[in-house]
Amino acid sequence: MYNFDYTKPTDLSAAVEALGTEGAVAMGGGQTLIPVLKQRLSAPSTLVDLSAIDSMKGIRRMGDMLVIGGGTTHGAVASSADVAAAIPGLTELAAKIGDPQVRNRGTIGGSLANNDPAACYPSAALALGATIETNQREIAADDFFQGLYTTALNEGEVITAVKFPIPTASTYQKFEQPASRFSLTSVFLAKMGDGSVRVGVTGAGADGVFRHAGLEQALSSDFSASAVDGVEVSADGMSNDLHATPAFRANLVKVMTKRAIAALS
Amino acid sequence: MAKDNGIGASVKRREDARFLKGRGRYTDDMNRPGQTYAYILRSWSAHATLNSVDTSAASAADGVVRVFTGKDIEEAGLGGVPCGWEITDKHGNPMKEPAHPILAIGKVRHVGDPIAVVVAESYQQARDAAELIEVDMTDLPAVVDMRTAETIGSAVHDEATDNLCYDWELGDGEATDKAFAEAAHVTTLEFINNRLVANPMEPRCALGDYDEDADHYTLYTTSQNPHVIRLLMGAFVLSIPEHKLRVYAPDVGGGFGTKIFHYAEEAFVTWASAQLKRPVKWTSDRSEAFISDAHGRDHVTKAELAMDAEGKFLALRADTRANMGAYLSTFAPCVPTWLHGTLLAGQYLTPAVHCRVRAMFTNTVPVDAYRGAGRPEATYLLERIINKAAQELGMDQAELRRKNFIRSFPYDTPVALQYDTGDYDATLDAVLEMADYKGFEARKAESAARGKLRGIGLSCYIEACGIAPSSLVGALGARAGLYEAATIRVNPTGSVTVMTGSHSHGQGHETSFAQVVSDALGIPEDQIEIVHGDTDKIPFGMGTYGSRSLAVGGSAIVKAVDKVVAKGKKIAAHLLEAAESDIIFEDGQYKVAGTDKAKAFAEVSLAAYVPHNYPIEEIEPGLEETAFYDPKNFTYPAGSYLCEVEVDPETGKVEIVALSASDDFGNVVNPMIVEGQVHGGLAQGIGQAMLENAAYDEHGQLVSGSYMDYAMPLASDLPSFNVETAEGTPCTHNPLGVKGCGEAGAIGSPPAVVNAVVDALRDYGIDHIDMPVTPLRVWTAIQEASVKQAAE
Repeated sequence: MYNFDYTKPTDLSAAVEALGTEGAVAMGGGQTLIPVLKQRLSAPSTLVDLSAIDSMKGIRRMGDMLVIGGGTTHGAVASSADVAAAIPGLTELAAKIGDPQVRNRGTIGGSLANNDPAACYPSAALALGATIETNQREIAADDFFQGLYTTALNEGEVITAVKFPIPTASTYQKFEQPASRFSLTSVFLAKMGDGSVRVGVTGAGADGVFRHAGLEQALSSDFSASAVDGVEVSADGMSNDLHATPAFRANLVKVMTKRAIAALS
Repeated sequence: MAKDNGIGASVKRREDARFLKGRGRYTDDMNRPGQTYAYILRSWSAHATLNSVDTSAASAADGVVRVFTGKDIEEAGLGGVPCGWEITDKHGNPMKEPAHPILAIGKVRHVGDPIAVVVAESYQQARDAAELIEVDMTDLPAVVDMRTAETIGSAVHDEATDNLCYDWELGDGEATDKAFAEAAHVTTLEFINNRLVANPMEPRCALGDYDEDADHYTLYTTSQNPHVIRLLMGAFVLSIPEHKLRVYAPDVGGGFGTKIFHYAEEAFVTWASAQLKRPVKWTSDRSEAFISDAHGRDHVTKAELAMDAEGKFLALRADTRANMGAYLSTFAPCVPTWLHGTLLAGQYLTPAVHCRVRAMFTNTVPVDAYRGAGRPEATYLLERIINKAAQELGMDQAELRRKNFIRSFPYDTPVALQYDTGDYDATLDAVLEMADYKGFEARKAESAARGKLRGIGLSCYIEACGIAPSSLVGALGARAGLYEAATIRVNPTGSVTVMTGSHSHGQGHETSFAQVVSDALGIPEDQIEIVHGDTDKIPFGMGTYGSRSLAVGGSAIVKAVDKVVAKGKKIAAHLLEAAESDIIFEDGQYKVAGTDKAKAFAEVSLAAYVPHNYPIEEIEPGLEETAFYDPKNFTYPAGSYLCEVEVDPETGKVEIVALSASDDFGNVVNPMIVEGQVHGGLAQGIGQAMLENAAYDEHGQLVSGSYMDYAMPLASDLPSFNVETAEGTPCTHNPLGVKGCGEAGAIGSPPAVVNAVVDALRDYGIDHIDMPVTPLRVWTAIQEASVKQAAE
């Protein structure tokens, strides 16, 4: 990696101030950023390590919301009884990210801010209709993800927490890419209190994470595998690489959705 | 009762204590006073003319000691990286053997080809400065696909305008053609044996250290065979006489073949250390390893099997294109020829075999031996086409094989080998029993009830190990001998230091070799030290590859021990006042036969070094003997593997639910180490079959150039293996009766896995899927077959 200055503030305001430096970059757990730095693909002037900011960590239930601090690790989410009781799909999702080392460093805020098209968390944020809370404002998940590695975050804006509405049922069905074990095509399915069903798909879209309107519509009126069969999932807009063609990804969207239904039945 | 020491005991590996505690001493752990660091600027283009390399800014950068380019290498008159094996083509002409400069001169020929080296005070400074080098290149059309390499009109080397290194054949073509003409049934299979990246856990590293006062060079390097490196580099590249060059390969973190070869980086650091009068270290990172370590496999083959109406094999024909990559790596030419064509008889009485191999130059990383080296490719060819034949004939896969087994030994194959011994029915019977072959249909029905397709696949492999008689390999083109050497140094108080030419980089030699010596001398294993890897300490040895260490290196140890005992008998006879012919050596005692008179091994050893009462007229003091062992033949490990899979037809995902292996390795020294070797081999074989693929795009860029896209097997991808070593048929021509076990798992398992997957999909009419059988490939095959079935 190239040389850079390193700072590890213990409160948010100091972090935000440090991020005001020209060329400063925020780091959550560093599970994506560190390899990128080692490859010399990024050259920040200052690395602002957010991992010592206690106010950004933790999981709490607030009425019909589950609030997870932006600096909370995947490991903490995966092992939280509060999460398991409120949103079991989120427990499944966090438990399947990477390996124990990754889960003990990587954070939910880091994952959402990076918006890797094969990351797991964005699908849950979309499917659950989460609200992304930053040091500046609140952003609805539907407005947050704006294409590959692109989000609504401004320069110097930090994800402080993620507020998840508590669904009546949820599950995450992951189909792994054989090499990276990231998501090849995975589906987060949530049944909300009003009876609506939301389907977040990650790993498949050429523009990154998305909700599938056709599946949501069909499943909101008929929550069954046969309803999935009746929906056309187009290969258009799906990404193409060594591991999956658009047609295979489109197939996996349906298969994983059906498995989600089976898991909740 | 299980033994707890000596041959046949599962002695715990003594080397594991340091490895598990992170205290192994690897090449990168070696640091010398005044050391500098090399960073190599590598080509990002697969094929380009090198117009100019401007190093002026880099040379002026902080901490830079010097920047080297191909021009410096040319001006110094250094030799290129040599090839260690010459193939003669089917017309009697030598293979094309273009130069392989240490740093690119005039052209770059693959992504990763070294263009320049920055040597600096620190690695960071070297890498920073390398970014200041200005390279002017003109891209040329990349030669990537072997199948079009002859006609593409772009030449990797001027010496081979059709990119053909050689066109080689083995076997009786006429007899083969005749058998095909008379066959009742011919099965044809076209397939790709996928290119692999070896991925040892420790990346390569080389540290050159020139001692100006002594005019002596030391190279610390990650090698499986330090003497081979000393010979190739000293004699052919740098013209350093051997007494002035020490090569030391300390702990090496896995090799799998890719650390056999002499690499340009080793020659560079050794030479540069003398230019700079300072030690020079280069350490590969993982990304660099992907584009600079020699790759493995990469064949495109058409195979045909001719049978009579009952399924008796009449002839086999194989036509292979083998990728050499951009340059000939050390043993590359022999891998698809003498290590591949010769194995095409397998375990079967096929009267006629013909094999043609065209070796192609391409703008890709050089390809050379990788765990099994040619034998996995041969086994895959044979064991896949036999299963396809069984499918076509409606025969049971085990019965078709059994119908054709060789049962009389020694057996001369139609492809130049003589199998000394074997019992193929025994390992087949064992594996069918271990895996409950008979119960498969019930398990298949149970899987079907869960929506899964279950398949079972057999593979009966044979390999030629313990490579081999020097006179034979010399006749086949080897430019080195293939014996092994050992020195037994008995210390005055009776402990023993063993210097072996074999090199341990995961095989556990320090443990198993000590077991061999312990048994032979009747002394405890903790009295025995195994020394390897340092050319200053060990006799001239050929190193470790081809599952040869115990069969050849172990045999050299036995021969040296025999010499020690013979001399000990003379000393004992003198001490015991008996005739030498009356002395027997057993349980660590020199005894006078038929009496209770005896001298312990240690007493005789002491007498050799304190020769007060000693037959000094007859023999010299001291007790140290060296032996070189040149085997009479290859050894022929063989076995049967049975794999059972479940395929999810909706996602194409394959799960290996069981893998059973029955191997005949002859005699076994340490069953635990042998089982571990089989487990590791199976993991790599399954990696090839299901996950690993070094994929190039049409521009010669390695698409799977990191672990983000190159899939390595994880423990979670593997079943709990069911491994048994058969009672076995001991090798008839080495003193230990051993055959070698290091590569068997990687050789036998890929066809077993693919056979199982194809078996699971037989109802779709699918008869082949190329490796790796990824979810995408399996799902796509099902879709295409379903469309075809619907149309019919």
